[in-house]
Amino acid sequence: MNDVLLEIKNLKTSFRIKDDYYAAVDDVSLNVRKNEVLAIVGESGSGKSAFAFSIMGLHTRAKIEGEINYKGTNLVNANANYMKQLRGSEMGMIFQDALSALNPLMVVGAQIDEAIFLHNPKTSKSLRKKQVINLLNQVGIPRPEKTYYQYPHELSGGMRQRIVIAMAISNQPELLIADEPTTALDVTIQSQILDLIKELKDTMHAGIILITHDLGVVAEMADRVAVMYAGQIVEIADIYTLMENPQHPYTRSLLNSIPTLAEVKSDLHVIQGVVPSLQKLPRTGCRFASRIPWIEDSAHEASPELHEISHGHFVRCTCYKDFYFPEQAKEERNYVAN
Amino acid sequence: MWKLIVRRTLITIPQIIVLSLLVFILAQAMPGDALTGLIDPSIDPATIEAMRERLGLNNPWYVQYIDWIKGVIQGDFGQSFRFKMPVSDLIGARMINTLWLSLATLILTYLIAIPLGIISGRFNDTWLDRAITGYTYIGFAAPLFIFALVMLFVFGFQLGWFPTSGSVTPGTTPGTFEYFISKVNHLLLPALSMALITTVSTVQYLRSEIIDTKQKDFIVTARAKGASESRVYNRHVLRNSLLPIAAFFGYEITGLIGGTIFIENIFGYPGMGELFLSSISLRDYSVMTALVLLFGLAAIIGALLSDIILSLVDPRIRIK
Repeated sequence: MNDVLLEIKNLKTSFRIKDDYYAAVDDVSLNVRKNEVLAIVGESGSGKSAFAFSIMGLHTRAKIEGEINYKGTNLVNANANYMKQLRGSEMGMIFQDALSALNPLMVVGAQIDEAIFLHNPKTSKSLRKKQVINLLNQVGIPRPEKTYYQYPHELSGGMRQRIVIAMAISNQPELLIADEPTTALDVTIQSQILDLIKELKDTMHAGIILITHDLGVVAEMADRVAVMYAGQIVEIADIYTLMENPQHPYTRSLLNSIPTLAEVKSDLHVIQGVVPSLQKLPRTGCRFASRIPWIEDSAHEASPELHEISHGHFVRCTCYKDFYFPEQAKEERNYVAN
Repeated sequence: MWKLIVRRTLITIPQIIVLSLLVFILAQAMPGDALTGLIDPSIDPATIEAMRERLGLNNPWYVQYIDWIKGVIQGDFGQSFRFKMPVSDLIGARMINTLWLSLATLILTYLIAIPLGIISGRFNDTWLDRAITGYTYIGFAAPLFIFALVMLFVFGFQLGWFPTSGSVTPGTTPGTFEYFISKVNHLLLPALSMALITTVSTVQYLRSEIIDTKQKDFIVTARAKGASESRVYNRHVLRNSLLPIAAFFGYEITGLIGGTIFIENIFGYPGMGELFLSSISLRDYSVMTALVLLFGLAAIIGALLSDIILSLVDPRIRIK
């Protein structure tokens, strides 16, 4: 596998809360390949963004352990200067809320220009301006010359997201991390932005980490999917396997929670409870156990690990073998009784 | 842009009219008038009454107001009974002194506030920050007039580094370098005393603005672009944090007025504030009304400046 761009091994990101460290990202290992979209899915609070920030080295007060191998360097121990050079040039990041991600006091052109300038300080001002205009064209801004001099508050939500994307790709990054790039947008704009990201993938051949909680986006965009729950990866597989043959109870619950028109269900499946907060995470055992209380304790592993059940398809814990939905069990019982 | 400034400036006109009315009515509401107490009580009351009639003091208040405002527009605030000279001449020289004092105080205020606020905000919750916030709490708690007295006692009387009263050494000729140095020397202690106290609110304000701004998402964006920490602070945090400070500048002027009244009295500095208090105790009405009017005017201009500065520095406020 020569096309591995980023190799993450046993990554653990912990935050200090009252003299104790709590891991928001726990023992995550995965690879990102060139020219692929790896989606990371999970509900709010499952550690997706903390994971992305760890790769970029954007955490200011976190303890990061493990390995993030990029071009022969472990980024976890890399010095600040090296990370500074990577950020914005080889690694670009697209943020969720474009309005707050842009400096309200700078015209958007100058903000993109800054991204270019920081990594190519010798490029002349006029050349940089030309590059910015090209980028604006590339991300589909209709009147780039005019937009260059506009402030973020003067642009629509979709335009602002395009600016943020232009900024992230300004130095042709090899790794692009998109942290919920469409969450703050309405549906029509969402699909435009997704199309744009796809297009960029095809032209730049970058590895893209797409963080989202929207399985529709995953189905449309991803080559591979990692499902994250409470800081851990619970299942990882290519998109077809995951959609056709999901194994982990969490993945199955997520997919089962999507309303469909094809089949009529009286109630939509709801995953009970919420992701436990960092302090309340169980230190041992299956982290998802508390949300599927009808599954017997003996079904879970004492210290759940990722099992490769088929080539490239990993599932954590053994509880997937005995998992069923309580509604289905009820329906089956009714069927037998009749 | 210009539209906003013009519109904002026009609003000050009714403000000034209301101010002048208020000042005038308040002066009228005070017991007595210009002739009370000034004139030998043995004079025939009929003569006084005739004098009142001649001076227009028996006219209805609005006629008197119009007479007064006509004079004010031409720079004629009437006569000071105490100094027996036109109020405008009396105030003129003192206004310049107060202006210098205010300017020096403003400069010192920002010279202290900006570095302290930046350090405190950037390195919040370190011992350095705790020391600075400790100072601001003392500044908030210490009354200006007590602090000024202590400064005067220590640096003026005990150490003798600064003169203890006046605005210039008597006998120096205006225009010479010596005169200028003497002016500055007289200014420094009162300005520093006031700045050390009034700056604390700006320090605190800047500190909380920086702490607030550095947690914003666009700071993360700047880091994600590969900006160094110093660039993040100088380009992104500082500019966004100084915005409200710049806007506060005009209101700072209003605060200075209150400050100079105390400071000038304590340091015997011949400015408007010192004149104001002595005029009140001696019932020098025309001087008082003129000063209140000027102070009010300064406050209105301060607010106007604040709004204009804010519209200049914050693109979100500009109206096209």
